[in-house]
Amino acid sequence: MNRMSWFNAVSLTLGFAFLYIPMVILVIFSFNESKLVTVWAGFSTKWYGELLQNEAFLNAAWVTIKVAVFSSTMATVLGTIAAYVLVRGGRFMGRTLFSGMIYAPLVMPEVITGLSLLLLFIGIGLDRGVFTIVLAHTTFSMCYVSVVVSSRLVTFDRSLEEAALDLGCSASEAFRLVTLPIIAPAVISGWLLAFTLSLDDLVIASFTSGPSATTLPIKIFSAVRLGVSPEINALSTIMISIVTVGVITASLVTKHQVARQKREEQAAVRT
Amino acid sequence: MIHFQNVTKRYGEFTAIDNLTIDIYEREFYALLGPSGCGKTTLMRMLAGFETPTEGKIFLAGQDIAPVPPNKRAVNMMFQSYALFPHLSIWENIAFGLKREKMPKHDINDRVDEMLRLTRLEKFARRKPHQISGGQRQRVALARSLAKHPKLLLLDEPLGALDKKLRQDTQFELMDIQEKTGTTFVIVTHDQEEAMTVASRVAVMDHGKIIQVATPDRIYESPNSVYVADFIGDVNLIEGTAKLNGSEAYAMSWHEGHEPLTVKSPTAFSDGQKCHLAIRPEKVAISAEKPAEADNAVQGRILDIAYLGNISTYHVELPTGAVIKAQTANTRRIARRAFTWEDTVWLSWTATAGVLLAD
Repeated sequence: MNRMSWFNAVSLTLGFAFLYIPMVILVIFSFNESKLVTVWAGFSTKWYGELLQNEAFLNAAWVTIKVAVFSSTMATVLGTIAAYVLVRGGRFMGRTLFSGMIYAPLVMPEVITGLSLLLLFIGIGLDRGVFTIVLAHTTFSMCYVSVVVSSRLVTFDRSLEEAALDLGCSASEAFRLVTLPIIAPAVISGWLLAFTLSLDDLVIASFTSGPSATTLPIKIFSAVRLGVSPEINALSTIMISIVTVGVITASLVTKHQVARQKREEQAAVRT
Repeated sequence: MIHFQNVTKRYGEFTAIDNLTIDIYEREFYALLGPSGCGKTTLMRMLAGFETPTEGKIFLAGQDIAPVPPNKRAVNMMFQSYALFPHLSIWENIAFGLKREKMPKHDINDRVDEMLRLTRLEKFARRKPHQISGGQRQRVALARSLAKHPKLLLLDEPLGALDKKLRQDTQFELMDIQEKTGTTFVIVTHDQEEAMTVASRVAVMDHGKIIQVATPDRIYESPNSVYVADFIGDVNLIEGTAKLNGSEAYAMSWHEGHEPLTVKSPTAFSDGQKCHLAIRPEKVAISAEKPAEADNAVQGRILDIAYLGNISTYHVELPTGAVIKAQTANTRRIARRAFTWEDTVWLSWTATAGVLLAD
């Protein structure tokens, strides 16, 4: 193997340092004994213990998870349907306009999305709480799901559905028995994407949340304004590890699947 | 059994099928042959129910099938890409259509086993489609489409993805299965050899029209147009004008300073009518001396020799500049071949060897 040139090695180190030093510092200080965030006073896990006693944080975490589960599920259902219609619906009036409009929220500034939703909720007299955050998150994460699913549908062999119809399926049976199982990986990754988006959204949630419901990002943000406490470092470290474990598991599963498929295909060629 | 009556299909400005009327009979192996874009796939998709005719009617066993959706038709289709369900095993793929019929479990088992035996796939029942080879996939697709006892089976370029050797074996398998099951098969293909091998009747299509429907030998031996003659196999086309010379015999003048060619033709031509003589390369004999008793003989120079193993094709340039192909079987070893490049040779053929076609 070629040895890396010193230029490449330095660029690599700098790049990764840029990306990860802030997080590493955060993780290190979450194990700090001292209450002062920037002064190291020895190793301790006491902030993790205290975090578990903190009712407000636990509540916020629970709200966040509820919101993420509900909104990503709704977004997945709606986004999949939208993607299916846009890819498969044939040519109907204004199809280009519609597909453009599905993607527009991706580039829309979050502040504007949040503000418009706030105005809507006030306008129709809806009390702001968990429900409104779920609605808001569904709205903006739906288009991400639809992008992921429609990119899968575009490469989907249309004749599979025709074969299902030919063999006696109604259109809905064909979707349920053939299309959905095959695009399931894209639907699942769409769900995961929506879930993580909802998990770390601050801007839209702060527009649409009420006094009764605070999500974790809002809680952290408002707590930090009063000063960074080691508890927050601990909380952030937990979130980082959850996300890391999630990402690594997902990529290992995918890698494993790809490897297995390759092995099986090679086995098939030999027979 | 199937009757197309003045069927037309338009996509906007484009006419895919142009006022077409054909009949397909029971237990027939019917091939739709034509270049890509000639409308043969559209025709098949109308039978399957994925397209509806713009005008005209299609009858299946006397019943107009226009209002019947694809899932209610006694017609099954084998797709070009096979369209096997990747998430289901071979067994489940074959059982898929039967389960939709709400057939009792016991009967499904019997029927699937029967199909697996017919296509010799018993060993692979538990595998997934990506775990078997291309030829096996093709057989799964066939088994799946035959499982429901369709009255009519449509095959869309069924052997396109297989290599040549496997394709030839599979062609015979297809014919065998068609005979065993007694199902009417309609096959779409652009491979004329394949159509000739498997089909009992071949329909040659071009630009949404049927040009000729006949048995493979008639299509080859007596094409009804220059298009068919040229599309099926290799052919020499000589242009000229006809002149009646005896009963059903014509003298065709084709080039100034050359003797007219003698041709027998059952179709009538008026004197001076422009026509083409279509003659297959294997019906043109090649010799060093002028044959004494040939109806037609022309002299030329060998331009090229294509050695194909079992046969050789000689490209012979006539003094007029035209190139005529002559084919001979290589009954002797190549070292003993009588002719080589630049040799002057005589080409000859009988009066009945070629077909005289109108312009």
